Amino acid sequence: MQRDGHSAARVRTIPLIAPSVGALLVWMIVPLAMTLWFSFRRYNLLNPMLTGFAGINNYRFLLRDPALPSILVITVVLVLAVMVLTISLGVVLAAIFNTGFPGQGIARVLMISPFFVMPTVSALIWKNLLMHPVNGLFAGVLRSLGFPVIDWFSSFPLISIIIIVTWEWLPFAFLILLTALQSLDEEQLEAARLDGAGTIAVFFFIQVPHMARAISVLVMMETIFLLSIFAEIYVTTAGGPGIATTNLPFLIYQRALLAFNIGGASAAGVIAIILANVLAALLIRTVARRLDV
Amino acid sequence: MKRHSAARVISGMALTVGMLAGSAFAATAATITIATVNNSQMVEMQKLSPIWEKKTGNKINWVVLEENVLRQRATTDISTKSGQFDILTIGSYETPIWGKQNWLVALDDFPASYDMADVFPSVRQALTESGHLYAVPFYAESSFTFYRKDLFDKAGLTMPTQPKYSQIKAFADKFTDRAHQQYGICLRGKPGWGENMAYLDTLVNTSGGRWFDEKWQARLDSKAWHDALTFYIDLMRRDGPPGANSNGFNENQALFATGHCAMWIDATSGAGLLYDKSQSQVADKVAFTAAPIDKTPNGSHWFWAWAMAIPSTSKNVAVAKSFLQWSTSREYIELVGNTDGWTVVPPGTRASTYANANYIKAAPFASYVKTAIMTADLDHPTLKKVPYTGIQYVAIPEFQAIGTTVGQMVAAALTGQMTVAQTLKQAQASVTSTMEQSGYTQ
Amino acid sequence: MSGVKTWLAGGVAWLIAIVNFFPIFWMLLASLKTEVEAVQTPPLFIFHPTLANYRDIFALQGYAGYAFNSIAISVLATLLMLLVAVPAAFAMAFYPGRYTRDILLWMLSTKMLPAVGVLVPIYLLSRDLGLLDTRTALVIIDFLSNLPIGVWMLFTFFRETPKDIIEASRIDGANVGQTILYVLLPLVAPGIASTALLSVILCWNEAFWSLNLTAHNAAPLTAFIASFSAPQGLFWARLSAASVLAIAPILAFGWISQRQLVRGLTFGAVK
Repeated sequence: MQRDGHSAARVRTIPLIAPSVGALLVWMIVPLAMTLWFSFRRYNLLNPMLTGFAGINNYRFLLRDPALPSILVITVVLVLAVMVLTISLGVVLAAIFNTGFPGQGIARVLMISPFFVMPTVSALIWKNLLMHPVNGLFAGVLRSLGFPVIDWFSSFPLISIIIIVTWEWLPFAFLILLTALQSLDEEQLEAARLDGAGTIAVFFFIQVPHMARAISVLVMMETIFLLSIFAEIYVTTAGGPGIATTNLPFLIYQRALLAFNIGGASAAGVIAIILANVLAALLIRTVARRLDV
Repeated sequence: MKRHSAARVISGMALTVGMLAGSAFAATAATITIATVNNSQMVEMQKLSPIWEKKTGNKINWVVLEENVLRQRATTDISTKSGQFDILTIGSYETPIWGKQNWLVALDDFPASYDMADVFPSVRQALTESGHLYAVPFYAESSFTFYRKDLFDKAGLTMPTQPKYSQIKAFADKFTDRAHQQYGICLRGKPGWGENMAYLDTLVNTSGGRWFDEKWQARLDSKAWHDALTFYIDLMRRDGPPGANSNGFNENQALFATGHCAMWIDATSGAGLLYDKSQSQVADKVAFTAAPIDKTPNGSHWFWAWAMAIPSTSKNVAVAKSFLQWSTSREYIELVGNTDGWTVVPPGTRASTYANANYIKAAPFASYVKTAIMTADLDHPTLKKVPYTGIQYVAIPEFQAIGTTVGQMVAAALTGQMTVAQTLKQAQASVTSTMEQSGYTQ
Repeated sequence: MSGVKTWLAGGVAWLIAIVNFFPIFWMLLASLKTEVEAVQTPPLFIFHPTLANYRDIFALQGYAGYAFNSIAISVLATLLMLLVAVPAAFAMAFYPGRYTRDILLWMLSTKMLPAVGVLVPIYLLSRDLGLLDTRTALVIIDFLSNLPIGVWMLFTFFRETPKDIIEASRIDGANVGQTILYVLLPLVAPGIASTALLSVILCWNEAFWSLNLTAHNAAPLTAFIASFSAPQGLFWARLSAASVLAIAPILAFGWISQRQLVRGLTFGAVK
């Protein structure tokens, strides 16, 4: 960081930064204050008779819920699994696409297309047209090969969700990693090859380290987006069977929009905010340090 | 935005009024916003609505949504008194609850030409709270058994007019042929209070169980629940299609229409589509009988009505009423029959529909549906006494949450993640906690 | 790299690209089938295509209105975001202070709140401000949700721009506004373009607020899809057609602009 004699300039930067900070501050604080307030109230949209101060009851009912620990675990597993899958697949794909094969432009377009598809639509495609155990394509293919049909959302609910979300986010990882790889110095590669390094060695000892910063960026971005995965779960499994695919956003949704228990939902929202900040403190700070922001 | 367009309409109106020197209907012309569910009957209504618009000079903004999304939108809107809609499509579950809160406009003053007496009494009763009618029915349904006549004939079996669950089980075992993707029975398994629980509630009722006793104590730990759940899971594991835990009404209808199910117990409103040759491969093979019973006939088949109501925040009550009087009238039903064929008219609401020769000819299932709707008794849904009304639901605001949570647990039991005993123990604890939280019990 | 290896890599890459694109292609096929064909087992690859599903949709639902709202909201929210984010990113990149890093991280952390947790507060606020079912509400929300990503992305671009140019321009007597407009912007145009692209894509795909805060007047394409997702009866083919219509504009946009997007998506990860 440079701090060389810009004290005069720093004063002038305030009007430039203030709109952003101000807008986000309002955007954060107003709903946060309301959520905090509601989380201590007895407040159910469907039951206007139920009013008054609830004390810590909303938190007590939430924390007493035996499902809560497993919901937190599912939330984190979903983020980590998708992150590991998209990044490792993305690294390999970026290396392959960096070789400049015929028709690379079109193949790249095909690769990144899923990123433009709305989450609801991709979940609907996967659920109804591909993974459906009776008339889905996967079942049809397995059946014609004489294999037993896989009942995705019953037998492997969380894995199914992970597959769908990975499909959606792989293009993003791939794009960023490919961009990073393309900036790799050709001379450095040539030098390595002259020294007798094979494709595999080049990949592991030159290309992957070169992508390290891009990987840090991805870890940060994906954490932000994947913590709030909702549409895919809503469309496919509705959090089930049981609570096998219920993550924190989906739990809040159940409280807020199925039960209309705003008090309880707000308490869960406060827990989510705390979790987000803990993760932000832990993860983003370590990653951001690598990026020497 | 709405205000702007309303202003535009009004200024446009002023011009028209000026030119026509105050014609009567121009004075009432307005734009109303209608939220409705995307079931085929409602989509049909949307298609035909220009006729009403032309006749009255009013305009309609349609908001067509999937059922769950619609319910969320409608509930958020009405409970926060936001007033974004002039007409809401709601069910027989919400109507009495919202009516009691005075969130809806009472519809007691419909003109004689509407012929309220023609509407089935059981349907009217379901939409009435404290003596006021709060919604008018668009279509109503009960549940019954669909089966494949061709398969029964081939096996030399006959479906009784009132089957018992033990017989259903025997049939299902016989017709299951997994190698040919033919499943003895299709039942709902997708979690949700309006999905798997709607069906399971009827099974629990007929097995002699109930959600709550007279003191609002949860009774999910009873033997009746245990028997019903065990029966359901065994049946589905042996004779149900794969992926049953994500099958709701739609998915099962699709399976039945493509010839994968020998029997299906579900909403009577599913019959119309199965008779439609362009959408069903079993149009000439499907037959019907009553929903099966076990220990008691009480609550063995459900009752549901999709109805339309006017939120008390609406600023266009008169125009909204005029639309309701058109869209739920006898004339509307005839209009649909004459434009699109009688199989697809909105069923279950009016006696006149079931007296219509065209309808009876086009819909061989009509008499079964009528009997099922007229015998579904919302006030006596169970064998033992209960403090609530509703067959496949409990008409209290908390039921959506309760039903959905228990529905999730049942789906988990269906996939084998939990045993029946564990499921019911957890469900009992969860329901008890919710009831305590809401102040029904101490 | 040797020819054989390039061909091998090319083959693998094409195979993966095709598999990856297949779900979208399969949806396109389903949209051209009849409802019965769409659920047939075994799945049909060869059939007589029909445009009936598309005709049905155009006959009934006001697709144009939804598409217009999607475009208007995405473009306006993106412009507003750039208007606010460019000066902030500029200031942080060229005149970093003690708290720059903390401000950036704090901005990103606001993205981590699950939207569903604050639905009721936002709903009540929109009601009281008269913003329910207005494009304004969605523009504001999309702007605020993309602002942190925008500031960060732009910040990383600006930081890589040589500082001497700015200094030189300042010495020549240009003020901050002129410096940004005439000196910096041309330099960082690719970065701004890709930030805008990403923002448009994210706005376009935003479903939660679009569904919950709109009724008719401001409903974008994500709400359009919600009216097809689970009606009674067979619906796969028609749903596929509606989905194709909903994603076609953004897909086309993404394909055309992908080179730009690729160039810009570095997030400072490239030295």
